[in-house]
Amino acid sequence: MTALIWIIGGLLVMLAIAWGFRSAAQKATDNKPYFRDMPLGVAFGYVLATAAIIFSLWYFFQPKDVDGVPQAGVIFFRWAVMGLLMAAAAAWVFRTIFRNVGTEGSKKLFRSMPLTAAFGVMIIIAYAIVSIFAGFIAPYGQEEILANANIVAGGDPALGGNPEFPLGTDQIGRDILSRLIYGAQNTVGIAFITTCLAFLLGGTLGFLAATLGGWLDQLLSRMVDAMMAIPALIFALLLMTIATAWAGSEAWLVTIYMILIIALIDSTRVFRLSRAVGQNIVVMDYIEAAKLRGEGLGYLIFREMLPNALAPLLAEFGLRFCFVFLTIASLSFLGVGIQPPKADWGTMVRDLSQFINFASFAPNVAITPLLAAGAIALLTVAVNFVVDWMLHKSSGLKE
Amino acid sequence: MHKPVAGLIRIILQRLLLGLLTLFAVSIIIFIAVNALPGDFAESILGQGATAEAVNAIREQLGLNESPLSRYFSWLSGVLRGDFGIPMSQALFQSFTGASTGGEVVTVVDQIVPRLKNTLFLAGVSAAISVPLAVTLGILTALYRNTAFDKAMNVSTLSAISSPEFFLAYILILFLAVLNPVFPSLSNIFPGMEFSDRLNKTMLPALTLTLAVTAQMMRMTRAAIINLLASPYIEMARLKGLSPMRVIVTHALPNALAPIITVVALNLAYLVTGVVVVEVVFVYPGIGQLFVDSVKIRDIPVVQACCLIFAAVYILLNLTADILSIISNPRLRHPK
Repeated sequence: MTALIWIIGGLLVMLAIAWGFRSAAQKATDNKPYFRDMPLGVAFGYVLATAAIIFSLWYFFQPKDVDGVPQAGVIFFRWAVMGLLMAAAAAWVFRTIFRNVGTEGSKKLFRSMPLTAAFGVMIIIAYAIVSIFAGFIAPYGQEEILANANIVAGGDPALGGNPEFPLGTDQIGRDILSRLIYGAQNTVGIAFITTCLAFLLGGTLGFLAATLGGWLDQLLSRMVDAMMAIPALIFALLLMTIATAWAGSEAWLVTIYMILIIALIDSTRVFRLSRAVGQNIVVMDYIEAAKLRGEGLGYLIFREMLPNALAPLLAEFGLRFCFVFLTIASLSFLGVGIQPPKADWGTMVRDLSQFINFASFAPNVAITPLLAAGAIALLTVAVNFVVDWMLHKSSGLKE
Repeated sequence: MHKPVAGLIRIILQRLLLGLLTLFAVSIIIFIAVNALPGDFAESILGQGATAEAVNAIREQLGLNESPLSRYFSWLSGVLRGDFGIPMSQALFQSFTGASTGGEVVTVVDQIVPRLKNTLFLAGVSAAISVPLAVTLGILTALYRNTAFDKAMNVSTLSAISSPEFFLAYILILFLAVLNPVFPSLSNIFPGMEFSDRLNKTMLPALTLTLAVTAQMMRMTRAAIINLLASPYIEMARLKGLSPMRVIVTHALPNALAPIITVVALNLAYLVTGVVVVEVVFVYPGIGQLFVDSVKIRDIPVVQACCLIFAAVYILLNLTADILSIISNPRLRHPK
C-alpha cells in the first residue's frame, strides 16, 4: 500500500514538474509553436523519460556487492544494459560493413535498412552458422556426460565455476555451452524442416484449390476451417498424445511425428494464405493466356502463380517459422516435444528452471535457464524484426 | 420489429448455427484422433501382464466393445448432457478393486469444473489489465507515430510477441518474485480463499499473459487507427483545426472500433492457448495444467473433454468477434 502511495505521489510530482517545464520553455523560447501547442501529456512524457534515464544511470553505477553480498538486481541490470548496447553496436557495425562491401544491390538494401532489421539479419546469419557447424564449434558432445556435475557458470573457481566449462554443467554433468550450441542445430533445424513441410503441403493444396475451385476447393476449405477451430497448441498436444503412444519408447520417432503433426497443423494457415493469394492471381490475364496456350496444371502453379505469389509467401514463411519454432519450444518445455538425450532449448529451460530461485545470492547460477529461453526469444525477435521491415517496405506505408 | 433488427438477428443466428456446426466437426476430429491410438486402451494401460478378465472389465466399462460410430454418438450424447465420462485413472482403479468400492467416483466433470473456473479467473484478470492498457497505448502510439516513443514501443512489443511465454514468465519471476518479492512465484490457489489473496497469487501468471497479449492488441489497434487517418473526413477534421487528440478520439476511434473489437476478441481467444504454458510454469491449478498432465499420462477422456472445451471457448470468442464487428459496422449489417 505504501508503495502505491509513493508511486502515485511520484507521478503527481512529475506532472507538476512537467507543467513547470512547459511554461518555463514557453517563456524562454518566446512562445515558439512547438512549446505553445505542447499538450501536458507530452511534457509529462518527456519528464517521465528523463526520470527513467536518470534512474537507470544511477542504478547502473550502484556497487556490485555490499559487504560481500552480491547485489543481484544491479548485476542483472548491468548485464541487460550492456547486452542491449553491445547488440545495438554490433548491428550498427554489421550494417556499416555491408553498406560498403558487397554488390550494388546488397549495398543499396543495407542503406535503407533500419537498425532493428540489420540486427535481425545479423542474428539470423549467426544462428545459421552456429547450427550448421555445431559439431565443430561445440567443445563437448551434446550427450557427453562429464565427470563434474553442477558447475556454476562464469568460470570463476572461487564461485564454484571451472574455466573449462564457461557456462557450467547441468545436474548430470553435461556441458551447458555445448548443449546450447547443439540446441541451435536441433531446435532450429527441426523448426526449419517443419516450416518447409508445412509450406510444401499447404502451399500446393492452396494453389490447387485456387486454380481448380469447385468441390475440391470446398472440401479442402471446410476441412481447414474445422481444423483451425481447435487452437494450434491444444491440437498439437492432443495429437502428440497419440504420437507418443505410437512411437512407444523410440525417442527419435516421437520427433518425426512431432514434425509431421506441427507441419500438418501449420499447413492449414499456409493453405488459407496461398489460396487467397492464388485466387487473386488466377483471375489475371496472363493465367488466362497460359490456359489458352494449353499449359498443364503443374506449369500454371509453379511457373505462373508461384513467382507472383513469392513476396507475401516469403513474409509468411518468416512468421510461420517463428510460430513453429515457438510451438516446438513450448511442446518441449511441456515435456512432449523433442526427446532427450538430444539437446533442445525448451527442454533445457524446463530442466534448469529451478536454478532461478538462487538469483538473489548467486546471479550466475540463475542465468543458465534464461540463456536457453533467451536463445529462443532472440531468434524469433530477429526474424520478426526482419519480417516487420519487409512488410513495411512492401506495403509502402509512409504514415 | 424494425426490419434492420430482424436482419441482424438472422445474421447472428446464421453465425451461431455455423459455430455449432464447426463445434460438431471439431468433435468428430477429436474423436477420430483419439481412436487412432494404436492397440487397445485396456491392454495399453494394464501393461503386458494383463489378465483377460481385467482387460475385459475395462473394455466393458469404457464401452470399447461397441462399434466406433455408436461409441461416438454415445460420447456425444453424454457430452450434450454434460457427462464427459470418468477419467481413465479412475476406471483403472475400479477395475482392479472390483465394480464398486462404495466410494465417490470422481468424474471428468468434477475434475474440470473447478479448474475451468480458476482458468477463467486468470483469463479475466489478464483481460481486465491488458485490454484498457492495449487500447490506450495503441491510441497513444498512433497519435505520436514515428516519434522516439512510438519506435521504442514498436521494438518492445515486437520483442514481447516473439518471446515464448515461459521466457516472459521466468523474467517476471526473476524480477518480481525472486529479486523483489512482490508476488509469489507459485500460484497456490484453493477453494474458499479470500479474493485479495487469490488476486495476489494470480498476479504473476496474469501479468505474463498480459505481456504476451497486450503487445499484439496494441499493434493492431495502432494499425487500425493509422489506416483510417488517410480518410477524407479525418483530413477534414484536421483542417477544421481540431487537436490531434480530438481527431483520433472522436473521429477515428468510433470507426476503428470494429477492427479493435475483433482484435480484442481474437486475442482473448489467444489467451486460451497461452494459458497452457503459463499455468505449467506457475503450477496454477487451471484447466491447462490438467490438460498437460492428462496428455502425459494419456488419460483419454480428460484429454478429449479439455480439447473440446478449449475448442468451444475458442470458437465462441471468434464468433463473438464476428458478431460484434457486424453490429458495430453498418456496412456489414446491411449486406448487399
